[in-house]
Amino acid sequence: MKKKKETRRREPFSLSLMYKQRYLLLMSLPFVVWVIIFKYIPLWGWTMAFQEVKPKTFGLSLWERPFVGFSNFIKAFTDRLFAQTMINTIGISILDIAIGTAGAIIFAILLNEIRLEHFKKLTQTVSYLPHFVSWVIIASIAKMLLNDGGAIETLTGAKLHLMSTNSPLFWVVVCAINLWKEIGWNAIIYLSAIAGIDQGIYEAAKVDGANRFQRIWHITLPGIKPTAIVLLIMSVGSALNVGMERQMLLSNGIVQDHTMVLSWFAYVRGIGANDYGLGTAIGMFQSIVGIILLFLANKVAGMLGESKLV
Amino acid sequence: MQIREKKSAFDYILFILLLGLIFITVYPFLNVLAISLNDPMDTMRNVNFIIPRKFTWSNYEYVFSKNSMFGPFVVSVARTLVGTGLGVLCTSMLAYVLSRKDFYFNKAFTILFIVTMYVSGGMIPEYLLIMRTLHLGNNFWVYIIPGLIWVYNVILMRSFIEGMPLALQEAAKIDGANDFTIWYRIILPLCKPVLATVALFVAVGQWNSFMDTYLYARELPTLQYVLYEIMESAQIKVDAHAAALGLAKSTVSPMSVRMAVTVVATVPILVVYPFLQKYFVGGMTLGAVKD
Repeated sequence: MKKKKETRRREPFSLSLMYKQRYLLLMSLPFVVWVIIFKYIPLWGWTMAFQEVKPKTFGLSLWERPFVGFSNFIKAFTDRLFAQTMINTIGISILDIAIGTAGAIIFAILLNEIRLEHFKKLTQTVSYLPHFVSWVIIASIAKMLLNDGGAIETLTGAKLHLMSTNSPLFWVVVCAINLWKEIGWNAIIYLSAIAGIDQGIYEAAKVDGANRFQRIWHITLPGIKPTAIVLLIMSVGSALNVGMERQMLLSNGIVQDHTMVLSWFAYVRGIGANDYGLGTAIGMFQSIVGIILLFLANKVAGMLGESKLV
Repeated sequence: MQIREKKSAFDYILFILLLGLIFITVYPFLNVLAISLNDPMDTMRNVNFIIPRKFTWSNYEYVFSKNSMFGPFVVSVARTLVGTGLGVLCTSMLAYVLSRKDFYFNKAFTILFIVTMYVSGGMIPEYLLIMRTLHLGNNFWVYIIPGLIWVYNVILMRSFIEGMPLALQEAAKIDGANDFTIWYRIILPLCKPVLATVALFVAVGQWNSFMDTYLYARELPTLQYVLYEIMESAQIKVDAHAAALGLAKSTVSPMSVRMAVTVVATVPILVVYPFLQKYFVGGMTLGAVKD
């Protein structure tokens, strides 16, 4: 399918070349300025992690602010909230990845197996719906359904306390809601991976007498394994980046001990308590650990003889 | 050769399973819709229903009669329109430049943008940049400019442009078109499918966005933020909030109003996404395969 690409070659630097490409320059320079301001200046802001920066001292230049070495990091790691926050972040992440991946794969296989084309289309269209709905709306609906005395409790007649149990069980609630929201969307990529499997293999297996479960187990699952591994590596890389938005919106006073995650912690300490240096340090820790995890996951996948990301 | 298998029990189980999944996905939305159209006092009895028992428009009348809802609605619509229009134009312009392998700065600029997909300064430095350095707080443009381009979408669109035959551009060049004209007159019209995908992603992102209001512009609330405020205050003190909103308890309840606002915030998305389905499914897989 792939045609041989026609290529254009880059010429060495000269003023006449710059003049020739002046439109391309004009069309891209505004965005270069934009990316420097909105993406690179915040990166430069990491210097604040090594300084004491409070609202009053923010106006001072880099050199006028007191340098404090690693004390912001020490402050963060010894914070009374830190240990629980780390446990929550990792717990929620692992659950999210495990439930999310398994759910999406199972859903994609079910969809692939159904033979009623119109019904399949309908199921897919419906399954995308929650993905496009905001977390505020999801939280509003979830609280209506799951709160004490809400729809689920009246329906089952049991006191489940789904939104008011201050234990790691609340992670399960959060991750289940996330699964419900994203299962259809995440299945898209697996469905396209399944579509890429050679139909001849299925036909051959049928001739050899393999039943449907055997075909799923021996053909479909190995067929989507490379896709699953690439996605797993990427999600391990963002394991600490559990979003503050979802956590904050689904949380309430009772379960807060088990909803606090790193990004929210950075907000509470950095903006809520106006300790910019501390907040930056927490964010920087999150970023750097994320990159390390990405490389590690990639290495491990390579060592196990699986396809690597990079 | 197709070998036909007759319908087995597996097929029926599969059908029932997926039917169950559809039910689980749709039921909460129908429930919300029904509550928003039901008499608030009647709703208090039992919230489990998907067909209004005592039909009324009063919750919506209340929502739309409040001036406090009109402003946020306008802000939400405005940011979605402006943000999507500008975002799509800028994304495709940058994507075109980055698809030009003969552009002297192609490599350098591409790296400059791709790096930002992997490392970011984090919430606090961004907050300080926007609020303290650029003073964009409570300014409409805080919704547009900081999130103007998503690098992921640029890559998506660049892959699409790279797939188009070069001869098109060469022919235009011979006819005397400059690079800007080539982008505007040739690339842009041919990019429609990928433009639709990106427009959908950006529009949904804009309409649903909540954190930027929460962090930077609480005095310029969007619909999502108003829903959040109703949700939070209803949770803490239902009666005090109802009193603050000037509700006579018998006509409107915070729960019913919240559900009505939830519906208003959901409907635009519901109307748009099924029609763009073929585009975003293609876009998702294109982005996954390339680069």
